[in-house]
Amino acid sequence: MFKEAINEAIRLEMERDETVILMGLDVAGSAGTGQERDSWGGVLGVTKGLYHQFPDRVFDAPISESSYIGAAVGASACGMRAIGELMFADFLGVCFDQLYNQAAKFRYMFGGKAITPVTIRTIIGAGFCAAAQHSQSPYSIFTHVPGLKCIVPSNAYDAKGLLTTAIQDDDPCIFFEHKALYTVKMEVPEEHYRIPLGKANILQEGKDATIVALGLMVGVATKAAKQLERDGISCTIIDPRTTSPLDHDAIFSSVKKTGRLIVVDEDSSRCGFAADIIAMTAQEVFSSLKSAPQMVTPPFVPVPFAKNLETAYIPSAARVEAAVRQTME
Amino acid sequence: MSGHMSKEDLLKAYRKMRQIREFEERIHTEFATGEIPGFVHLYAGEEAVAVGFCEHLNDKDRISSTHRGHGHCIAKGVDIMGMMAEIYGRKTGTCGGKGGSMHIADLDVGMLGANGIVGAGPPLACGAGLASKLRKDGSVSVVFFGDGAANQGTNFESMNLAVTWDLPVVFVLENNGYAESTSPKYTARVGTENIADRARGFGMPAITVDGNDFFAVYEAAGEAIERARKGGGPAFVECKTLRYYGHFEGDAQTYRPKGEVKEARANNDPLKRFAAVVVAADLIDSAELEKIDKEVLAQIDGAVTAAKAAPEPDPESLFTDVYVSY
Ligand SMILES: Cc1ncc(C[n+]2csc(CCOP(=O)(O)OP(=O)(O)O)c2C)c(N)n1
Ligand SMILES: [Mg+2]
Repeated sequence: MFKEAINEAIRLEMERDETVILMGLDVAGSAGTGQERDSWGGVLGVTKGLYHQFPDRVFDAPISESSYIGAAVGASACGMRAIGELMFADFLGVCFDQLYNQAAKFRYMFGGKAITPVTIRTIIGAGFCAAAQHSQSPYSIFTHVPGLKCIVPSNAYDAKGLLTTAIQDDDPCIFFEHKALYTVKMEVPEEHYRIPLGKANILQEGKDATIVALGLMVGVATKAAKQLERDGISCTIIDPRTTSPLDHDAIFSSVKKTGRLIVVDEDSSRCGFAADIIAMTAQEVFSSLKSAPQMVTPPFVPVPFAKNLETAYIPSAARVEAAVRQTME
Repeated sequence: MSGHMSKEDLLKAYRKMRQIREFEERIHTEFATGEIPGFVHLYAGEEAVAVGFCEHLNDKDRISSTHRGHGHCIAKGVDIMGMMAEIYGRKTGTCGGKGGSMHIADLDVGMLGANGIVGAGPPLACGAGLASKLRKDGSVSVVFFGDGAANQGTNFESMNLAVTWDLPVVFVLENNGYAESTSPKYTARVGTENIADRARGFGMPAITVDGNDFFAVYEAAGEAIERARKGGGPAFVECKTLRYYGHFEGDAQTYRPKGEVKEARANNDPLKRFAAVVVAADLIDSAELEKIDKEVLAQIDGAVTAAKAAPEPDPESLFTDVYVSY
């Protein structure tokens, strides 16, 4: 399971490296209540069990994201490898400065003298009627910032390998976990392994169109591609896995072959990941394009609460299918 | 202690508390059937705090609330039918089904919104207080926040701002002993017992009251609100209370001592304590209270039935109200 894979990656890194520490709200739980600790393991139970194994390196924090996420950044600039858990990515607003102006810029501003190997894990995604402040996927905002690395895993195997790499990476990494993926089952090797940042996963190769998708949208793209296959339209599906660094070569070389590009993204459509990929592709391999690239994103609105509105908000396989067909016209 | 409340006031306060209780109990049972979407945080057990404060407020006064906002909404006068429909995600909801439990707001009655972001309320309440001060209409703002939220930087910064600008803001700490699974005994050295101790450092009056004693809350609230109305600046009231349910619906609550809620329901329930006081003082007889209980039960039942029958939001509403104009 996706969430177990994340737990395993953290546990293995904490076993291998004593400088790895973990902090967040209720990452153990029951602090100060007099009851058995580790009652929560984070809001969705991802870090459960870690407190008992590493009681001196797992810290429950007061609700004060600026201070404890900032402390993760500071500790990481001072010899630790801190993993800060931010319950929902929507709360990034509370601690924005510590990532945007601090973690991201230390190395550059300090003339290359600092490393800040912090990893911020956070939950993204719509689909649970959690409304406008608990459903966003704001990885584009952080991709925008030079100095930060952004990781958006789409399956359990990748999550474990990418998180392992992120923890050991010397730059600040933000790791975005989609809540709808947590309980998806998949065989994951028990041992330690890494997946490099900036290396896309090509799920399937086709000749007609290139679909780029991230996180939960990889599954949506795959479903659309299966449907299109029946009509003889074959697609390449590329999961970049990380938005920064970005494996543009994988995208450009695929578009050179297919001549068509569709990007599926759950983040906001303006100045976002999908727009970025399309802009780069247009600039670099314009002459290979046979038709206008298409973005499949939510409408430019906050995430609504009611189920019917939320379902309409999230990019669907049907919309991806239609976008691919449009590039074929 | 209830000297300055008329019988009518007392009955009104009791009805509000009963409405909150019944509303939350009913949502608890309905949630278990799987029909209520999203994250829901219930206020049952804390009724005396919201009602003790809001009984001193009018529609011009503003409150800002939390993720546990149903009680504040009802106390401030948000329509119960609309609230229930909102929680079910219906077109007829207070926010047209676009906000849900964590975002119920009704600016017409001075309710600035429940809030999904812990610690977002205090700065907004300072803004409301500043607007009141500039309008010179004698209105005040009241911000409800939890013991967990008390640790958020926004809260400390807002207390300082309210003192600096001398704003008519009352900070109401609902200390229910838990922030999710974490106790205030862990999160600070000052304020382990009374978080109000921290507020005094900012130079505003701060007291701690029994938040399950409606009359203690009502009196402390009256003083703080009156002071703010008269230009005396901010004040802080800590109310010690307990939530009867989990942090959110579905929480297994293994961080709580067994029997804690059962004991509180039996011996420290704000509604029972209110009833005991007014009946013993011969202000109201218990038949009148029972009549209110029955009426409220029917009212909540009606709200649930109507919410279930109400239509979903129109698909086009996905796109509306992002901006005023664009
Ligand atoms: C900025 C932010 N951090 C964390 C959360 C997740 N969260 C929601 S409620 C809550 C606990 C709040 O505790 P408290 O303030 O005591 O209020 P209570 O739930 O007890 O009413 C937390 C951590 C959030 N919604 N927003
Ligand atoms: Mg609390």
